[in-house]
Amino acid sequence: MKFDAKGFVRPGRFNNSSNILGIMIAFIIMSLILSIATTSFLKPANLLNVIQQISINFTLAIGMSFIILLGGIDLSVGSNVALSGLIMAILMKQMMLPVWVSIVIGILVACLIGFLNGFMITFFSLPPFIATLGMMSIARGLAYTITAGQPIYTFPPAFTAITGRVFGIPLATILIMVVLFLIASYVLRYTPYGRSFYAIGGNRNCAKLSGISVKKIEASAYILSGFCCGVAAMILTSRLDSAVPTNAEGSELDAIAAVVIGGISMSGGEGSISGTLIGALIIGVIANGMNLLYVPQGAQRVVKGLIILLAVIIDVLRRRKKD
Amino acid sequence: MIDNIALKMTGITKRFTGVLALDEVDLTVQKAEIHALLGENGAGKSTLMKILSGAYTRDAGSIELYGEPVDIQNPKQSENLGISIIYQELNLIPHLSVAENIYLGRHKMKNKFQIDWKQIHESASQLLKELDVEIDPQIKVGSLGIAHRQMVEVAKAISLNAKIIIMDEPTAPLTEKETENLFRIVRKLKAKGVTVIYISHRLEEIMNLCDNATILRDGRTINSVAVKDTSVDELIKYMVGRELKDKYPRVSKTIGDDFFTVTGLSSEKVHDISFSVKSGEILGFGGLVGSGRTETARAIFGLDKKLAGTIKIKDKVLTINTPKDAILAGIGFVTEDRKDEGLVLSMNIRENVSLASLKQLSQGIQLKLKQERNIATDYVGKLNIKTPSIEQISKNLSGGNQQKVVLAKWLISESDVLIFDEPTRGIDVGAKIEVYNIINSLAKSGRAIIVISSEIPELLGICDRILVMARGRKSGELLIEEATQEKIMVFATGSEKHVRGYKDEI
Repeated sequence: MKFDAKGFVRPGRFNNSSNILGIMIAFIIMSLILSIATTSFLKPANLLNVIQQISINFTLAIGMSFIILLGGIDLSVGSNVALSGLIMAILMKQMMLPVWVSIVIGILVACLIGFLNGFMITFFSLPPFIATLGMMSIARGLAYTITAGQPIYTFPPAFTAITGRVFGIPLATILIMVVLFLIASYVLRYTPYGRSFYAIGGNRNCAKLSGISVKKIEASAYILSGFCCGVAAMILTSRLDSAVPTNAEGSELDAIAAVVIGGISMSGGEGSISGTLIGALIIGVIANGMNLLYVPQGAQRVVKGLIILLAVIIDVLRRRKKD
Repeated sequence: MIDNIALKMTGITKRFTGVLALDEVDLTVQKAEIHALLGENGAGKSTLMKILSGAYTRDAGSIELYGEPVDIQNPKQSENLGISIIYQELNLIPHLSVAENIYLGRHKMKNKFQIDWKQIHESASQLLKELDVEIDPQIKVGSLGIAHRQMVEVAKAISLNAKIIIMDEPTAPLTEKETENLFRIVRKLKAKGVTVIYISHRLEEIMNLCDNATILRDGRTINSVAVKDTSVDELIKYMVGRELKDKYPRVSKTIGDDFFTVTGLSSEKVHDISFSVKSGEILGFGGLVGSGRTETARAIFGLDKKLAGTIKIKDKVLTINTPKDAILAGIGFVTEDRKDEGLVLSMNIRENVSLASLKQLSQGIQLKLKQERNIATDYVGKLNIKTPSIEQISKNLSGGNQQKVVLAKWLISESDVLIFDEPTRGIDVGAKIEVYNIINSLAKSGRAIIVISSEIPELLGICDRILVMARGRKSGELLIEEATQEKIMVFATGSEKHVRGYKDEI
């Protein structure tokens, strides 16, 4: 894989690279402000915390990026994380299966949920919003049902080690994020499959006429998102050392927010994974900064909402200017 | 005489990204006359009228209505000034009733909250009666034929107190009888003191209906004449402005054996289409809008479901269920609508031109980006696409250059059979000739070419053989030596005896 001077910016997507530049600057300014306003922001321990905190959102946002690039949406990711996390927990804790088998089966279940989303969307032509809204409720309901609402906790050390720290560094978590980021960027930038996402999101008719199997790719995007849910479930369950049906509630909104702040257009066809990474970083740093500044939870939510709105307004204005 | 002038547009100039669409155009229209606006596709008629109706704003020039200077900046303003435009693609909402469409946004109210439906239906019915049109005002517009929808638009214009009504190619989709009915209503409007600006390609109609004609060519006003003092030939001369043979370059080439054969093709829209194209041959598809030419191409290409028929390249029978199958079999389809089907506007030139060839441009799962860049640069040069870089977003290109990007996409895909649907629609004359040259060189290299066009001179100018369609069926086939504008029109208008099988269908 080749890296050019701009890192992972897609070659020639100058529009996008300038968008990324914009949010990158916003991110740096925020970080500067926080490092002046607080004494602890820049401390390595805090920065490592931030990374650990964004790992789940970033993982979900990668899958979400593929879907939003197509002009779709996946509201079921939070429920999917809860369900597949619980399945991993049940398998290793109650059925005593090996940790890796439990993880694989849990991820497969998450992929299956994604596949069902994709199937409803492509086969019955349901709007993604509706299909995944239904699935959001179904998966959450199943999560409650299979454990009768009870939490499962204390897992084998091999499982909690996934989010454990080596010399204070959450090594495996960082590694998972880096690998997912590299693969997703590579796919979008260097493969015909990835290129198809931009084509379909930009102009579905044209993509179809150019010989792209639009429905297959659309379905695959939801499976990909499911896969990311499975990975996120593993990280979350391992870190909390407990699985409860209420896990990851509302995390679909954070994932969508990261994607949108990162500059992927809600109408599809434009944006990149690098943007999503910065989007997730911005959300993480803001949350961290507000915690350090003792901002109450209520106000934190308001601020997060304002930032999402601001990102979308910028997207809309940019689009208007281009037209 | 001055008092009699309804509209005077002077020095109107309009520039789109890179293209000068109107270059100091003048147009003067008298009160209560039917004024023809003539010109080839891309001459600037529609742009001029869109400026008058407020859809576009002019870059320079002035507009006077009844001697008063006006500044039209948006459609609402134009409407308030008594100008109504009836577009080819009518602007009605199919789910709403005729009456609702006529009074859309101007509902008469019973009180503050309730719409007075009774009043609306009555006045709509009154309006339609005045026009001598029998349409139930409560029926949904979606259930009306195109001719009746036009009448609804006319009624709407009158209800808006329009003093000037612009009609953009109103007869293109109409039958002869419907056309006569439309003329009757246009004359009626004139008698009521309404000024009609009438855009049409059909010169006989103009001779029959209009008082004066203004001719545009390449974005300029060429002449303004009284219809009674002119002839069809003279109008053509003004419109074309040059000999046909300069407009349509011909090359010497050898035509081989039958290469692409379609037998008994039927879909929901077309019935029993059979033809073959030889290698090196350009087969034209003529016919009126809606006669099933594009639908035939869509069925071939796997976009519409085939109900019957076989498609062969040489002797190999092809199974085509999706565009992907068609492309793999070596068929390319340059669609009519660049923006909706031909291009991904948010992608750059490089990404667009490679879109139908991603498989050829990959090794394993990886795209060969360097080769992609090279091939894009190569074709930007070959087709003379005017752009600062292959990384330019397609949205920012002019129509002609966008069309060349679409062409490049299919040239790169190395299809053996290429279907062009209205390949020169909406691009300027210079770019047209370049497109013809590309089509010619493709034929010369032995490919089988199909060109669908609504411009008969274009078919006569570039094709080796012309197939004509009417009402979803093949209605005739003419060798270029025997083809004339009249013969094509006879087949196209489907003077019923010529349409094989049409009577059986009824």
